[in-house]
Amino acid sequence: MSTAPILELRGIVKRFSTELDLAARLLNLLGAGYRAETVHAVDGVDLTIRRGEVVGLVGESGCGKSTLARVIAGIHAPTDGRLFFEGSDVAAMEGRERARFVRKVQMIFQDPMSSLNPRKRVQDIIGEAPVVHGLVPASEAAAYVDDLLAQVGLDSSYRRRLPHQFSGGQRQRIGIARALAVRPDVLVCDEAVAALDVSIQAQILNLFADLKSRFDLTYLFVSHDLGVVHHLAERVVIMYLGRIVEVAPTAELFREPNHPYAAALLQEVPRLDRRRRRFQPIKGELPSPLDPPKGCHFHPRCPHAMNRCRSEVPPLRRIAPDRWSACHLNDG
Amino acid sequence: MSIPALEVDDLQTHFLTRAGVAKAVNGVSFRVERGEILGLVGESGSGKTVTGFSILGLVDPPGQVVGGTVRVGGDVVSGLDDRAMARIRGKRVSMIFQDPMMTLNPVLRIDTQMIETIRAHETISVTAARARAREALALVGIAAPDERLLAYPHQLSGGMRQRVAIATAMLNRPEVIIADEPTTALDVTIQAQILYEVQELCRRFGTALVWITHDLSVVASLADRIAVMYAGRIVEEGPVDDVLDRPLHPYTRGLIDSVPQPGLRGGRLVPIPGMAPALVGLGEGCAFRARCARASMACASQPALRELRPGQRARCVHPLTVGSHAA
Repeated sequence: MSTAPILELRGIVKRFSTELDLAARLLNLLGAGYRAETVHAVDGVDLTIRRGEVVGLVGESGCGKSTLARVIAGIHAPTDGRLFFEGSDVAAMEGRERARFVRKVQMIFQDPMSSLNPRKRVQDIIGEAPVVHGLVPASEAAAYVDDLLAQVGLDSSYRRRLPHQFSGGQRQRIGIARALAVRPDVLVCDEAVAALDVSIQAQILNLFADLKSRFDLTYLFVSHDLGVVHHLAERVVIMYLGRIVEVAPTAELFREPNHPYAAALLQEVPRLDRRRRRFQPIKGELPSPLDPPKGCHFHPRCPHAMNRCRSEVPPLRRIAPDRWSACHLNDG
Repeated sequence: MSIPALEVDDLQTHFLTRAGVAKAVNGVSFRVERGEILGLVGESGSGKTVTGFSILGLVDPPGQVVGGTVRVGGDVVSGLDDRAMARIRGKRVSMIFQDPMMTLNPVLRIDTQMIETIRAHETISVTAARARAREALALVGIAAPDERLLAYPHQLSGGMRQRVAIATAMLNRPEVIIADEPTTALDVTIQAQILYEVQELCRRFGTALVWITHDLSVVASLADRIAVMYAGRIVEEGPVDDVLDRPLHPYTRGLIDSVPQPGLRGGRLVPIPGMAPALVGLGEGCAFRARCARASMACASQPALRELRPGQRARCVHPLTVGSHAA
């Protein structure tokens, strides 16, 4: 594994705000006091992804993992902070450099049906982008598509079909072929196997592993399923309410999680080898990202919470080589 | 032997479509004892949900229950008219859905709905019913139940709504609860809380629970017994440990091998080749044979569900026996 960073995130923040509608603004003139609500979907994330690495990004709903994935894939511009691709600042990229970044970082979505144009044939879904990017002359697009279909395990006779003529697993294969068509370096997979049945999910996970070695890819694998992440990832990033709470090599994390939230999450994953266990769940609900708790976001549910956790945000600190955790308990 | 809480015998539910008849449930039989948790497992289209709906008489056209008997505590509840069925539903058998908004009416307060559920089945004052609703909410781990009773469903989080749905299902102390993927849409930490509450309640009140899911891992941690469905039939059934550690049916084996497991990190998963067959026009014989490595000519006729180990039954001509795991 080489160690050169392919992607680097520094203090990435992504906020979404609602705008007040006309009625609310008028009522505000009369002193109603409506306020625009802001969600801090991603709240200051630092992360380095090395070339050739498989990074798993884990968290529960509303933790900002999908938003972060979209920022990395260039779909959302960050509100604040900087994203570097191969050492250069993405925000400063223009023209051909920008086009190259867009091509090199591709995304695969959870629901292949809503990410494939239902009125386009497979041929165009896969073959359009490489022609636009000038990778393949239009005259050779058909042969190029056939080759990609074979790479993802589909028959080339499917080229003329429309997305609705495929099963969920096949559609996901088309989505993967579409991403691969522009010869990317990084695949950002957002819950790419979550919607599939277990037996089909295993087929797609194997396909991801094959493609990685065949095309020398770097993966960011976003998932709520710790089993999938454990299987595939070399390093795991755990998020809670917009912040990273722990980063660790997969084996070490599963052996000995550091952050109390990471520990709770691992403890509660149902596993085939845990039979009729007595659940000892962590208490409480996920707080709303509209109004996250002060200090450490996890403190209202944390069994180890101290006074300090209620007021002071714990920084993400290095606790061992290649291990990072954001918890005041590590200060001794 | 005591009378089981739920006994399903040769249940048949067909969907009459333009393309032909889809036998979504094709001769399903099982029994669940008092206080027992049965995990009914299968992939999309296996018929697991339709089985649950058929038990409660909730199948809508073009679906139709065309055969079989369902007994609750020994009494036949299949083939009843709507009024008789309404007396069973919510009283002796309850259902928890994947989406709690299927249970909850969005424009009524929680207390209105829960009190109505109690008063539909017995003559009791509103005050007494309200006290019981409050108690039921506290039982499923809802903090401040008095406030929650006054809330509307949209004011609650997803996990909280599912708790209210479970509390409502438990209100009349039913003998049987059918739960259809109730934690699939929830986060891991919330799922763990709900699995915990449900387990507690079944043990405490002796409620028989049928937990319908696609997720083998959830069933492993929750259930006493497992029934695996494929293309409308139960293909294997037995105690959790036997089915997961020593599966007899190649499909069960395939499902288990498809789940990423801690010991096999980074290794290759062994997926089941191909995909589930269409139910319309599904011919005779084992429906899994096209995807099965052990299939032979003999599989062209439908195998019976046979007891191959004590308590463990499988519908297979070439079952995996001890020592032949690698098939």
